[in-house]
Amino acid sequence: MADLSIDFAGIKSPNPFWVASGPPSNTAHQAHRAFEAGWGGVVWKTIGEPIVNVSSRYSALTLGGMKMAGFNNIELISDRSPETNFDEIAEVKKRWPKHTVIASLMVDTRERWHEFVRRSADCGADGIELNFGCPHGMCERGMGSAVGQNPEVAETIVGWVMEAATIPVIVKLTPNITNVVYAARAAKRAGADAISLINTINSITNVNLDTLVPEPFVAGRSSHGGYCGPAVKPIALNMVHACAADPQVGLPISGIGGIGTWRDAAEFVALGSTSLQVCTAIMHYGFRIVEDMKDGLSAYLDSKGMRSLADLRGRAVPQVGDWQQLDLHYKRVARIDYEKCIGCNLCHIACEDGAHQCIDLVDSAPYGLGPGRVPGKPVPKVREDDCVGCNLCSIVCPVDDCITMTPVDTGRPAMSWHDYQSRLAAGTMQPLPPHP
Amino acid sequence: MPIQPLIDAATAALNMAEPKPPFSPQEARIEANRCLFCFDAPCIMACPTGIDIPTFIRKITTDNLTGAARTILEANVLGASCARVCPTQMLCEGACVMLDLEKDPIQIGRLQRHATDHVAAVGIDVLHGAAHTNGRKVAILGAGPAGLGCAAELARLGYEATVYDKKPAGGGLNTYGIAYYKMRPQVSLDEVRMIERLGVAFRYGVEIGRDVQPADLLRDHDAVFIGIGLGGANRLGIPGEDLPEVVDALAFIEWIHTRPLAEVPVGRRVAVLGCGNTAIDAVTQAKRLGADEATIIYRRGADDMSAYPFEYDLAKTDGATFLFDTVPVEVVAQDGHVVGLKLAKTTACDVRAAVVPGTEWIQPFDLVLKAVGQEKQAGLLGRLFPGLKVDAKGRVEYDPATMQTSLPTVFVGGDAASGGREVVNAVAEGKKAARGIHALLAGAAESGPIQPSRLGMPDGAVGSGFDAPVRVHELEAALKRG
Repeated sequence: MADLSIDFAGIKSPNPFWVASGPPSNTAHQAHRAFEAGWGGVVWKTIGEPIVNVSSRYSALTLGGMKMAGFNNIELISDRSPETNFDEIAEVKKRWPKHTVIASLMVDTRERWHEFVRRSADCGADGIELNFGCPHGMCERGMGSAVGQNPEVAETIVGWVMEAATIPVIVKLTPNITNVVYAARAAKRAGADAISLINTINSITNVNLDTLVPEPFVAGRSSHGGYCGPAVKPIALNMVHACAADPQVGLPISGIGGIGTWRDAAEFVALGSTSLQVCTAIMHYGFRIVEDMKDGLSAYLDSKGMRSLADLRGRAVPQVGDWQQLDLHYKRVARIDYEKCIGCNLCHIACEDGAHQCIDLVDSAPYGLGPGRVPGKPVPKVREDDCVGCNLCSIVCPVDDCITMTPVDTGRPAMSWHDYQSRLAAGTMQPLPPHP
Repeated sequence: MPIQPLIDAATAALNMAEPKPPFSPQEARIEANRCLFCFDAPCIMACPTGIDIPTFIRKITTDNLTGAARTILEANVLGASCARVCPTQMLCEGACVMLDLEKDPIQIGRLQRHATDHVAAVGIDVLHGAAHTNGRKVAILGAGPAGLGCAAELARLGYEATVYDKKPAGGGLNTYGIAYYKMRPQVSLDEVRMIERLGVAFRYGVEIGRDVQPADLLRDHDAVFIGIGLGGANRLGIPGEDLPEVVDALAFIEWIHTRPLAEVPVGRRVAVLGCGNTAIDAVTQAKRLGADEATIIYRRGADDMSAYPFEYDLAKTDGATFLFDTVPVEVVAQDGHVVGLKLAKTTACDVRAAVVPGTEWIQPFDLVLKAVGQEKQAGLLGRLFPGLKVDAKGRVEYDPATMQTSLPTVFVGGDAASGGREVVNAVAEGKKAARGIHALLAGAAESGPIQPSRLGMPDGAVGSGFDAPVRVHELEAALKRG
């Protein structure tokens, strides 16, 4: 079995799976349950001056019957007193000394930051996470994403924290920003030990077409909230990669955003994450999901001959770069396995109306009998010369491995846009003809 | 002994409950979301009325139930009854690509019911008659599925359509002849009301040739549509056939539809002669109305029956028994009432099963239901419409593109043309005849329904099961045979 333990900026954790700061990490009761279920860490629900919440608080995006494809909340930070929270952290650490507990903090003045940082260390927390990300409510009071969206302000506040910190400090970044790397660099400059991302994305999930008030509905009004869940994973992966690939950041990363399975987790690790934080999937299914996350991740590492997460960490980072580095002469084409094709013709119509018009519907007779083929019913056929290899047909195809994107040899050496522009400038080649 | 009702109303209601209840809104949404929304989908090709099935299912996923019903009813005005009575396993659902994924096909019939039930429940008419009539008149003989399909389409095209039927209510077999657990007569009667609201006139209790003369109809109308279906049960030609407890299976089913269930007489030991789908409807309903035994007697083997496999399974589940390779040679009576059948074994033979001498025995029955096929109407139609060409099997000859008969202004559809097919085939043929009539009278080019998914295709947007229904199981059987 591969070793799933991690050392995250000096914080040792039995496994990389941490409960993210949010409703599932609100109480000692939940933390005990999480650790009993097998989670490696808990990032406590953000502690600050107690707030007052509204009712209702959550809404979701349901897609084709899939509940909580995306999830949105307008709940604020902890509504419990700092005393209660710090006492409960102490209690949890006492019972689970080898597990990780991170105190998530959000206050305003330098003095308050100093006080809360000290109290976090005093109660036995393993680290501190600075909530610079919440995009609703708290930002209107100059906290949360209002801090994270301004790198200079963030740098100043991290500086205040570092003045008092005796345990590792993680800065949680907001995605509601043009380029997250600037915020990450600010954290680095101010001396933070690590970053975590992404916090939630500003959102309105839907409008109730009877009341014309979006959910969550609060006395005839609503407010934009923080979006998370499976739908945000691609955004999170991109931002994690951007920070992992930036030479000026160079901080351990705690990956957050739509993680619900070991596969998601492995992807975040491959793009540079060390620890992984999960919230929405727990809100959907409970703490028990971690069993498969650990089991599956471990089995995956074993199957690839990797002995620990360190062997996987960042391994996908170098393969992602600027578009201008991509080979303009590489070509793949769609190939249809007629033994698997069920005749739904979605590839045809997707290509015909939505892409590049290179899948025809043709007489099925030459293709013999197979699934989806009855006499007179046409079958899709790719014109490979015209296929641009866009992947769309293979994406819409409902059958596994029916449409395979197959590389074909164009006989031309690799040439990136960068190479192309250089050769044009040097006069060593003519411009490529435009697509007909 | 004369036969009597055997069960009380509560038991009858329980026994005759629908095997598949309507979907809840959530069930419908979940099922609709399973649909892949195929392009040029095989289910459309397999629907004789060419309903754009993926489109109506997609509308269910967005809670646009009225729009879903519009998509259905524009193609098939009897979409509500077809949702219940179509052998979907043999048609749309049998063509579903999900089967090739080793998954259950989309439950198209139940989704269609969900949408059509919605507009019926909220009282929305999604179809409308033409804003102006064109002054042309068409007489439609028979208010069954073919006649209704023709009348509705004509009304939408601006014709004054008048439907004649000898029964006191419209709907034909949909009202009087469907297994009660599959569909309540009210569904069919509601469809007739909907077609009335399109502007179609109905004359009930009218028998052509007795109350109305064909010559007058031809004189007073621009065209006539024959949708009179088939006649009574074929004669058995055996002694005792005219005893009171020897009943046409369709007449027995009509009792169920015209009397309270607890007042339908049924035998304790019921014999059903024949093994088609009507025989199954008869034997299952006899059991459900309290018969101790209900036995199908069929002159050939299980592999030869014309009943669909799922109907055969239903009969077995209901506790019916089957006597194959068996034929009745005499109805045995006592005091003028049926007490049994003298039966004999048959040998398999290509054309007709032959009785094996010396194998006769008598088995007690107190009700004999005949489901051995219905009489063709060739004789009657020949008298009513001199010159009307009829084929060797007693079916009216017609042009398959227009349903026009050998008489230029006379069109045909449904069982009178096909010799007996599904309700959905009859509706489609009626509709096709309406377009044929429109082509004849108004010079409009008849064409199949537009398939939006085919707009812009090289062959145009026409093409669906309406033009040439694909019957997947028949194709597969033919392919297996090579």
